Amino acid sequence: MNYEIETPLTKEKCAALKAGDTVLLSGTIYTARDAAHKRLVELVKNGEPLPFDIKDAAIYYAGPAPARPNEVIGSCGPTTSYRMDAYAPTLLDLGLKGMIGKGKRNDEVIDAMKRNGAVYFAATGGAGALIASCIKSAEIICYEDLGSEAIRRLKVEKMPLTVVIDTTGANLYIDGVKAYLES
Amino acid sequence: MSIKNISAELIRDTVARLCIEANKKLSPDMESAVRASFENEKWGIAKATLGTICENLDVAEKTGLPICQDTGMACVFIEIGQDVHIDGDYEAAVNEGVAKGYTEGYLRKSVVRDPIRRGNTGDNTPAVLNTRIVSGDKIKITVAPKGFGSENMSRIGMLKPSDGENGVKDFVVETVKLAGSNPCPPIVVGVGIGGTFDRAALLAKQALLRPVGSHHEDKYYADMETELLDRINALGIGPQGFGGKTTALGLQIETYPTHIAGMPVAVNISCHVTRHKEAVL
Repeated sequence: MNYEIETPLTKEKCAALKAGDTVLLSGTIYTARDAAHKRLVELVKNGEPLPFDIKDAAIYYAGPAPARPNEVIGSCGPTTSYRMDAYAPTLLDLGLKGMIGKGKRNDEVIDAMKRNGAVYFAATGGAGALIASCIKSAEIICYEDLGSEAIRRLKVEKMPLTVVIDTTGANLYIDGVKAYLES
Repeated sequence: MSIKNISAELIRDTVARLCIEANKKLSPDMESAVRASFENEKWGIAKATLGTICENLDVAEKTGLPICQDTGMACVFIEIGQDVHIDGDYEAAVNEGVAKGYTEGYLRKSVVRDPIRRGNTGDNTPAVLNTRIVSGDKIKITVAPKGFGSENMSRIGMLKPSDGENGVKDFVVETVKLAGSNPCPPIVVGVGIGGTFDRAALLAKQALLRPVGSHHEDKYYADMETELLDRINALGIGPQGFGGKTTALGLQIETYPTHIAGMPVAVNISCHVTRHKEAVL
């Protein structure tokens, strides 16, 4: 199925999505990758508030190239997600509903997704120039010292995504390869 | 015999230019391989994904944005003719070139100064520089920005001589299988066989500098390249790991003599944005 959905990613919106569906996502998403995740999870451990409302939010595993003058952002494709596996369950248990990246997730993340009704989306890895054209605004909300790894609030319009792992744990990386090999 | 003078400034400016150009436009061999894979792929989701990848190349060309936001760690290979004299500090010039290219080209600064304690250097330096002295009076500079989604999926195996040809082949295919969707398939695979631990890895990286799909001059290894590419594409991983026949666009092998006790094999995985650009001074 092809869907057009808007943030926030409520439980109902997530439940409708199945592995293999394509989605055009519009609304607000937050970039965070390795170094930012480490800091977010440290905040949680110390009982401090997160820098954005994580309930029904979507995090984009991305570190953009710098914007040229008068442009919103540089190339901004996804980074490989498994490096965030150590941190993702903590954030999912706090209400995170969408993760956008590329590549495999471990069982702990998938269990946390099922437990919380969250979805893992893939953006096309290596298509950073194309994805940048869906980003209408970008502002750093914290960790500016991390450069490309700072957390940014992005407004996106019809960002093309593929549902890889849905709320039931069905996984396109397994089922898609199987379907092709059986064809 | 005359000595040719080449200024460090020229080296700096050339490295800067190559960093920018390599990140914005694929080499003709890579671009043709990507576009041909779209034509040849029949599986629906795979063809659609390759279509997106081709569209991204068009957008990058039209807008002048880097093809991928991971503009890489700057791998710089330089061959210096022994009849050349460099006016100025050679290694400093290379790093100044990287800093200049990544800053002026609005490329991402992806390098941290310490592997454990981290801390972004802010200008993508230092480069990973490999220098060879060769005959002649020229300098050949190749800049190959390397993204780490694929670099992280690379492996080295210190195989035993008794593992033989099949041991090498299985190690290569297993590496690609373990990588799965992570390195942004369709990938390019660089294989280095022989030498020492470190040399095998260097050979694998140098294999990625060859035109994609070009063959080893020794037919034995050329046939192995073809066979391994076929085996990899039979895995069904497909573009982005969604399934399909296009898992790798090319596989190149480089070899070197090795020790009686060993058979090192390095597999350097690269993505569909495998970049390299060269210039001769």
